[in-house]
Amino acid sequence: MSTSTILEPHPDTWIEVRSAGIYCIPADVYIDPMQPVERALITHGHADHARGGHQRVWATLETITIMQQRYGIEHALLQTVVTFGEEINLTPEAEHPVFMCLYPAGHILGSAQIKLTYQGVSIVFAGDYKRTPDPSCPAFIPIDCDVFVTEATFALPVFNHPPIQDEIHKLILSLTRFPERCHLVGAYALGKCQRVILGLRQYGYHKPIYLHGALLKLCQTYREFGYDLGECVPVSEVDDYHSLAGEIVLAPPSALTDRWSRKLPDVLTCMASGWMQIRARTKQKRAELPLIISDHCDWQELLDTLDEIRPTEVWITHGREDALMHACNNMGIHARALRLIGYEDENNE
Amino acid sequence: MSNFADFSTLLDSLYYTSSTKAKTRLLCEYLTNTPDPDRGWAIAVLSGTLQLEFFSRSTVKNLMLTHCDPVLFAMSYDYVGEMSETVAHMWPTPKTIELDCNRSLPSLNDIITEFSNTPKNAIPECLASYLDRFTPSQRWALVKLGTRGLRVGVSARLVKNILAEFASVSTIQVSDIETLWHGVSPPYTELLTWLEGKTPKPDVSDRIVFHPVMLAHPVTEAELANIDFNEWVAEYKYDGIRVQIVATSHGIGMFSRTGDDIAHSFPDVVELWQNTGVYGVFDGELLAFSDVDIGTFNQLQQRLNKKKPTKKLMNEIPCGIIIYDCLALGSGTQRCSLTELPLSERQTKLTEVLTPVIQHRIRLSPTITITSKTQCQRVRDEICERSGQRIEGLMLKRKTSLYMSGRPKGQWVKYKRDPMLVDAVIMYAQRGHGKRSSFYSDYTFGCWGTNEIGERVLLPIGKAYSGFSDAELHELDKWVRKHTIGRFGPVKEVAKELVFEVAFDSVHTSKRHKSGIALRFPRIHRIRWDKPANEADELTRLVGMIIQ
Repeated sequence: MSTSTILEPHPDTWIEVRSAGIYCIPADVYIDPMQPVERALITHGHADHARGGHQRVWATLETITIMQQRYGIEHALLQTVVTFGEEINLTPEAEHPVFMCLYPAGHILGSAQIKLTYQGVSIVFAGDYKRTPDPSCPAFIPIDCDVFVTEATFALPVFNHPPIQDEIHKLILSLTRFPERCHLVGAYALGKCQRVILGLRQYGYHKPIYLHGALLKLCQTYREFGYDLGECVPVSEVDDYHSLAGEIVLAPPSALTDRWSRKLPDVLTCMASGWMQIRARTKQKRAELPLIISDHCDWQELLDTLDEIRPTEVWITHGREDALMHACNNMGIHARALRLIGYEDENNE
Repeated sequence: MSNFADFSTLLDSLYYTSSTKAKTRLLCEYLTNTPDPDRGWAIAVLSGTLQLEFFSRSTVKNLMLTHCDPVLFAMSYDYVGEMSETVAHMWPTPKTIELDCNRSLPSLNDIITEFSNTPKNAIPECLASYLDRFTPSQRWALVKLGTRGLRVGVSARLVKNILAEFASVSTIQVSDIETLWHGVSPPYTELLTWLEGKTPKPDVSDRIVFHPVMLAHPVTEAELANIDFNEWVAEYKYDGIRVQIVATSHGIGMFSRTGDDIAHSFPDVVELWQNTGVYGVFDGELLAFSDVDIGTFNQLQQRLNKKKPTKKLMNEIPCGIIIYDCLALGSGTQRCSLTELPLSERQTKLTEVLTPVIQHRIRLSPTITITSKTQCQRVRDEICERSGQRIEGLMLKRKTSLYMSGRPKGQWVKYKRDPMLVDAVIMYAQRGHGKRSSFYSDYTFGCWGTNEIGERVLLPIGKAYSGFSDAELHELDKWVRKHTIGRFGPVKEVAKELVFEVAFDSVHTSKRHKSGIALRFPRIHRIRWDKPANEADELTRLVGMIIQ
């Protein structure tokens, strides 16, 4: 925890927001840039943070694997795998080098916080993160820093994500009540899908889980990293779709209402997302069974994290920054909104 | 045993379920597993017949504000777009209370009894104690229940269909339930036990009962061209409110279209009817009257929702009724139903009975003979003009039409005057509520006028949140986000660049708007992506259309 409020050199002078994303001047490096750049540090593999076409990329092995799978083996000319806790000098020739270190963010497989230290002043980019336990990635570690850069996706006190087992219980209950209906669960291909599968397995659900084609590769990636997802069957390999009555099928949210889902028998649409806490959002997604399962911090997790780290300053990348700024003021932490555009799609997590 | 958790679980499931079949199953299961009176109260809540408002929205809001940061509440409410839900999620769960909820949860009946018997000043405390003990879902159910704002996609009509499905006696039809419906009251024990075959059919013959009314479809010009006018009869479409008079030897009921008894608001009309001594069930239009003519809707509006109107108000704005149909004649065992007779015969009987007693404020609706589409249009336009918009079009009714509740096809149609249109510029936008939560769907728009120092400026004339498709809503939402130039709390000010063609029914003077006018029922008719804002209409054009 920093005791002094005078930061020298202040990160304001060496970190700036450019149209391609957040840029560290002395290291000549972008964090999660939205356009192809020379040098990029990537927090995690979600498409709005990890894009293809950079010259040089630093990230965890998991994130680089995901990027290779999405954008090809040669998505960047030079790909440097960084392990958690390893200190990397980004500018070996410079008089004042910038050091980088990665720490787990608890968001999805391979997700990392990025800590940059320049002349003794440190800034942590948390990327997307959450604090609730998740069997599909190591837990977030609070890191001492002067400036903490946080997301604010669910930064309103109405967001209070229930334990995942409650939500899985809702799904299992519905299967008992409507055993003739195919339970089609919308879940993002990277992270959410595997978390739902692992959640079901932890609950004691050991029947095969059926997968939309778009989910197969990433599930395979998780398996390669040692996660046991149990028996998963591609829907395309099912001979008689009627046999999917009373079964769980996972698909990306975009497939919930498209032609693909019409072949399934008497579909009951479920949606796994943190937004499902708001009734109207569920209705807008035409989901009949909302499963409040989020990859992000809820309100209390955000506040607890800030309180735990107690940085001198909080910078907010995207989301509901007004409310989080207000809460920071109440906590006596200086906060500012970066208002980054491009990271947030109001309907997606 | 049933408790409030079962009820709130039912509401949640119904809310999210879209298929009628699944809703039917959910509600039937609940009715089977839940004892009286809880299940009957649930039926009342779903069909909107629970007439009690336990607390107002402002009571809930004020209570919430004493339990949270008002700034965060405002931001949350703006985002969620719905107060009950905001409160449900934001209410701080006290750490001292054990969350062993099912053990001590009250039943739905306990809640209804307690809130009905709690004095007004003790309501907030009572409400707070429940919010403390409840889960977010249960809080939502309680606030919705208490403020009578519950909508879970189950209409009163669907409830009746489900009740018919629930009936263990196979001969019971929806129509049987409908005829009984307004004669029985929550918690509907006699109705439910009859449906289960445990008790005889409730006898409602001597009760003052509302009969569901017959409604009309709007008619398009194309449909009008296909009408064989020999088979139809026309009437004026008055701009008042639809009422049903139920006159028996026990008393008189006056019901709105939805079955609310509004007799207490119109004792003058009830007395007039009493003096006629005519018994039966009559369908008509309630209107304000002047000494010589019928009044405007604006005048009638001042009489609506007055629980007990003053003598002065009744003298200033006397009301009366124009009758156009008759569902039954006579009282008690003498009553004879006319609903199975064709319209022409009902009208003959109605004329016979009412002609001796008609007077200035109790009238019969005259029928007009129409022979062609062009004549139909002409008559409509003339009468709307001549009546100063007190008549808003024509009703066309098939001479052979039986009196059927609901909106049967091809029987009655309404042919309203064309809406008035104005081109206005969108000035502000706000997030919508309910289904449109988080979309910018409420728009304030204005016309060109001059301010105090003589500059040409836009002055707001109204607000609309309907008339566009979902696809247009998404485009407008995007447009608002891109063109925001200022923020006043939840309200976004936008660049004055986009023109709406706004349709409305009439213009009135108003002290609420800077422009000095207000539109009745404004809705977005078209989005004029093509039209430059400076070519939108001048305020003076609207001022010229004001109804005095």
